[in-house]
Amino acid sequence: MFTNHGIALTICFVNERGDCMKSKQCPAQQQLSMDNTWSKCLKNHMWLYVMIIPGVLYMLVFRYLPMGGLVMAFQNFSPYSGKSTLGAFIHSRWVGFENFRKLFTGPDFWQLLRNTLSISIASIIFYFPAPIILALLLNEIKSDWYKRSVQTMVYIPHFISFVIVTSLTAQLFSTVDGAVYKILELFMGDAAPNIMGDPHFFTGMIVGQTIWKETGYGTIIYLAALAGVDVQLYEAAEMDGAGRWRKMWHVTLPAIIPTIVIMLILKVGSVLNTGYEQIFLLQNSMNRSASEVFDTYIYTRGVVNGNYSLATTAGLFKSIVSLILVLGANKIAKLCGESGFY
Amino acid sequence: MNVFRNKNKIRRSPGDAAVQVIIYLFCACTAILTVLPFIYIIAGSFATEKELTERSFFLIPHVFSLDAYRYIIHNGDVFRGLKNSIIVTVVGTAIDMFFSCTLAYPLSRRYLKGRNGFTNMVIIIMLFSGGMIPSYLLIANVLHLRDTFWALWLPGAISPFNMLIIKNYFQGIPEEMEEASIMDGCNDLQIFTRVILPLSKPVIASVSLFYAVGHWNAYFDAMMYISDHSKEVIQIVLRRIIFLTSSISTQGMDIGFFALPPEKAIKMATTVVAVVPILLVYPSIQKYFTKGIMVGSVKG
Repeated sequence: MFTNHGIALTICFVNERGDCMKSKQCPAQQQLSMDNTWSKCLKNHMWLYVMIIPGVLYMLVFRYLPMGGLVMAFQNFSPYSGKSTLGAFIHSRWVGFENFRKLFTGPDFWQLLRNTLSISIASIIFYFPAPIILALLLNEIKSDWYKRSVQTMVYIPHFISFVIVTSLTAQLFSTVDGAVYKILELFMGDAAPNIMGDPHFFTGMIVGQTIWKETGYGTIIYLAALAGVDVQLYEAAEMDGAGRWRKMWHVTLPAIIPTIVIMLILKVGSVLNTGYEQIFLLQNSMNRSASEVFDTYIYTRGVVNGNYSLATTAGLFKSIVSLILVLGANKIAKLCGESGFY
Repeated sequence: MNVFRNKNKIRRSPGDAAVQVIIYLFCACTAILTVLPFIYIIAGSFATEKELTERSFFLIPHVFSLDAYRYIIHNGDVFRGLKNSIIVTVVGTAIDMFFSCTLAYPLSRRYLKGRNGFTNMVIIIMLFSGGMIPSYLLIANVLHLRDTFWALWLPGAISPFNMLIIKNYFQGIPEEMEEASIMDGCNDLQIFTRVILPLSKPVIASVSLFYAVGHWNAYFDAMMYISDHSKEVIQIVLRRIIFLTSSISTQGMDIGFFALPPEKAIKMATTVVAVVPILLVYPSIQKYFTKGIMVGSVKG
């Protein structure tokens, strides 16, 4: 539901290991470090355990319970086969890997995979570098108010819903009254493309929307990393005769490489998660051959058509691939000497 | 250090200065391209239908018209949508913040026994999920939350990412604060509400904004779980108005004084109405971004 905060999570993990105990001890501190057995900790910090209850309950009910629901992937699940939903799980027939066979050999699978991957890969190639470049350029701006005004403006689209982004897109590219279409028509006449309806433009449209919406906001994390660069490094580089580009290459860029690596790991991990809203909203009957991805397939098969087992199978496939990719990318990053994200 | 910076300015060669100008211009262009569609939509919402069909692109309408907004006021849908969205956003954000802060605080105390176990619980839900269908069945068939706002509030009550931002901010507050409060006889709950929370305004403001924007903008959840017209949120109304143009003319309101419903202007005006609340809140919270998100999380 809230998937777009990759920004923050990057650093959270790096942080985890930064904790170090201080050596000097005052009485209160002794009290804090004394609680090293369960009974003492429970007694002294009863409130902390009370506070953690709502969060843990939430995770168990809304995050872990649905994981149990994944057994549907191995069943021929029908929600009405039992008196309650739990009963339905018990009474549904077990079919082993039948659903996986159906998914992988189905006529849609390769199209789904192709569409999903082409959107994700285009996004990695064209969207991913955009915030890095913009952050590097913003970093070169010395005037404070200028920088701040640019930042304020480029952050805005991040806070706009996809419904509105799609509506802006439609109002700009519509063949009936779109501003951009009319301008294209002036130059190209009848050859002006129906961008909203042509499947060839779909991937480009999605990536374009993402670039417009997220580039500015994406710079925050890189700018934060850049703010931590020691000014003395630049001074030393200058002493050594480094110009703008050499400073950027040898000082600025190394400072954000760890951040870039973490963002890339996450991006690679979500190769199959193209997101529901954006694609669903831009999808129409004309561009379906390019716009049907795993996420929309799961929604139509499961929620709309009620084929829960097949949709869950697709979801499980997606989750497992994502997990493998994140862990794999993390491993590779670590082998290359970067810190990875946990 | 300032001396060095000034020196840097003096040393600039003409070629370097040209690059600097290009960088400034590029950033300005990016900023303008980003806000241009908004300006077009705002301008269009005040234009007449005639102008919108005749001129392809403009930033200032020749003839100023409020017809579109008059239509929105007459038509109850947009207002009901706004009202529902405000309820969903305000209550939803409060719920999110309650769950996230109460989980983040114990997780941020490194002397808490069992903390690693709980942290791993959070990491697992970040890496793996049951996916859409099991969650849908849980909410719709098991908990029967369909057509209630609870379906929009509960499932996303904790975003692990946001929770970890808060946790890291709590962790960054000097431990001496806590030690001093213990000496003053505070228990953990009192430390949390009287010391930690008041010190965490930047992160609370930023994360609240993230949650609030998430609720305000959510379309997919509302589409799946809410079919009752009286509970429609603004994004649903917006989507309908923009993509089912027929709904405008068949609303059955007295369009007498419009002669022709200003279809395109209405789409634009509805977009403006849905964006304005965010644009009003955003600048006042933007100043907390750096403090809340960065100081809270960038240490490593």
